[in-house]
Amino acid sequence: MTTLALTSFTVTSAIGRGLDATLDSLRAQRTGLAPCAFESVVLDTCVGEVAGVDDAPLPRALREFECRNNRLAWLGLAQDGFCEAVERSAERYGRGRIGVFLGTSTSGILETELAYRHLDPLTGALPRGFLYRGAHNNFSVAAFAQRALGLSGPAVVISTACSSSAKAFASASRAIEAGVIDAALVGGVDTLCLTTLYGFHSLQLVARTPCRPFDTARDGISIGEAAAFALLERPGAKLDADAVLLLGTGESSDAYHMSAPPPDGRGARAAMLAALASAALAPEDIHYINFHGTGTPSNDEAEACAVASVLGRAVPGSSTKGATGHTLGAAGALEAAICALGLRHDLMPAGVNTTQVDPTLPVSYLLENRRGRLSRVMSNSFGFGGSNCSLILARAG
Amino acid sequence: MSAPAAYVDGIGLLGPGLCDWPATSDVLIGKVPFASATTVLPAPQGLSGAERRRVSALVKLTLAVGLEATERARADPAALPAVFTSSGGDGPTCHEICRVLASADRQLSPTRFHNSVHNATAGYWGIATGATAASNALCAHDGSFAAGLLESLCQVAVERRSVLLIAYDSGYPEPLRGVRPIPDAFAVALVLAPEVGDRSLARLEACCSEARSDRMSDAGLEALRASTPAARCLPLLTQLARRASGRTVLDYLEDLRLAVEVSPCR
Repeated sequence: MTTLALTSFTVTSAIGRGLDATLDSLRAQRTGLAPCAFESVVLDTCVGEVAGVDDAPLPRALREFECRNNRLAWLGLAQDGFCEAVERSAERYGRGRIGVFLGTSTSGILETELAYRHLDPLTGALPRGFLYRGAHNNFSVAAFAQRALGLSGPAVVISTACSSSAKAFASASRAIEAGVIDAALVGGVDTLCLTTLYGFHSLQLVARTPCRPFDTARDGISIGEAAAFALLERPGAKLDADAVLLLGTGESSDAYHMSAPPPDGRGARAAMLAALASAALAPEDIHYINFHGTGTPSNDEAEACAVASVLGRAVPGSSTKGATGHTLGAAGALEAAICALGLRHDLMPAGVNTTQVDPTLPVSYLLENRRGRLSRVMSNSFGFGGSNCSLILARAG
Repeated sequence: MSAPAAYVDGIGLLGPGLCDWPATSDVLIGKVPFASATTVLPAPQGLSGAERRRVSALVKLTLAVGLEATERARADPAALPAVFTSSGGDGPTCHEICRVLASADRQLSPTRFHNSVHNATAGYWGIATGATAASNALCAHDGSFAAGLLESLCQVAVERRSVLLIAYDSGYPEPLRGVRPIPDAFAVALVLAPEVGDRSLARLEACCSEARSDRMSDAGLEALRASTPAARCLPLLTQLARRASGRTVLDYLEDLRLAVEVSPCR
């Protein structure tokens, strides 16, 4: 693929609002996971909740999009001068030449879950003021971001469960390469809701304690929430050495099972190989891997197997979900942003919470942060339905 | 603006009163009058007995149109990347989950939960056909067909390989039906190829436009187009059925349409 630059990026999750707070937490190896006290949920589990999402309503002009998911999107967009960067880009290319490609798995479904508690006792109708288009529909976060940023180009939501916002980078890259747009707002936003908390619980995939990816005692996921965004465009002639580039994307399907990967991780392997081919790189060019690493026994095993078969056992890697929780449709963009921070600040983040790496997994898992120059990294995202996506990011110099 | 292009090699379609592409084509060219009737879903092909019992109506719908389009294109479904696009995904599943979560016992069915993801149709397509290439699952509210077509054309243009596009929608039960009234199930599939072949029907080239979108002249077909996001493809399909060249404008976003230049191949 044509190399693209992340000319601006930002991230908000349970470990911090914006890049500085996130970097501080990564450096301190802090987890944002805490016992679940979300809404009326009664489950013995930990979640990565973002503090203060519901503190303020959306601005009046954006009220038709009111829901927790868009409030988190708004909070995320407000960090790190991101809106201003998009605005400069809009002035440069034109508002219609910037596409919007956002990943989400559940959008504003929380509002529908709450609305179902307040159906009209006589007619069974939803409460007045229920926002289908602005909150419930999967597209709402892209429509919201487009309106909030004053953009008028193509817009779409990618909703492939936990690979959604990684795949947003792939779709946006193609649209830029095809000449349909000049730049793209890419990213992912997913928020806590009852559907995912009780849903993953029904599949017995939720851990009681903060999740411990790749640990001998790993026993499931911790659900989190996040908003992560990047502005993707062709690199200019002059690039700072610490500019972050998107070199490759790779996508595949397992064609195996709706909620479990094949034990040998062959779909994951295909996605990683496709990403290497798209970046025209060899396995040894990758210096760090951010695992999908959900913390379920079978997911981590399949991924370890796949990574070892593509990159070998020696490449240092970690899952940052012990810190942020699994942010589902936002995970791809969140972890791309963490990788971008690592590239910029010479940091391979440790996999927090994990204490005893499963000796049967053929990986070099980081239990402590490692400092040192990183040039190229890979980030994996895999989702229900067997949807896989790998991204390769790099420093410009 | 650069305009990505591709050749339509095969079409599959199911909708109210529309049982496949040849029958739909006859309706669109006015040879047979449109008579709306409940969409009939065939039994799913390619799935095991246990999976057949678990799959939703949407899986049956999308499998049927995908297999029809690939058969007409003489393309191997297992070899194609796929782009799925839908406004609402699985309405009955979403309703049932919200109903249970609002009740005293919040115990969800695990199968219902994994069927609730927007890419469930893409997942089952892979399981049924063995397709391991990339699959996507998109949503752009009423513009979901246009968003899916644009993504598919970009894939064909950049990757230089054929892509299967499947756009679909079905209705919600009440009370969501009250706020999003989609009358019945509808799905369309297009096999899009980078080069002209002996199955190619027409070349499509798309670009964003601010022109007004095209309507259907038949009142029944216009009602279908306006009520069902996936059926916003009907003006394009009419042009393909007529083998007419020219431009057709499809609904996309509130302030943006997708203009498609159609050039018939034979």
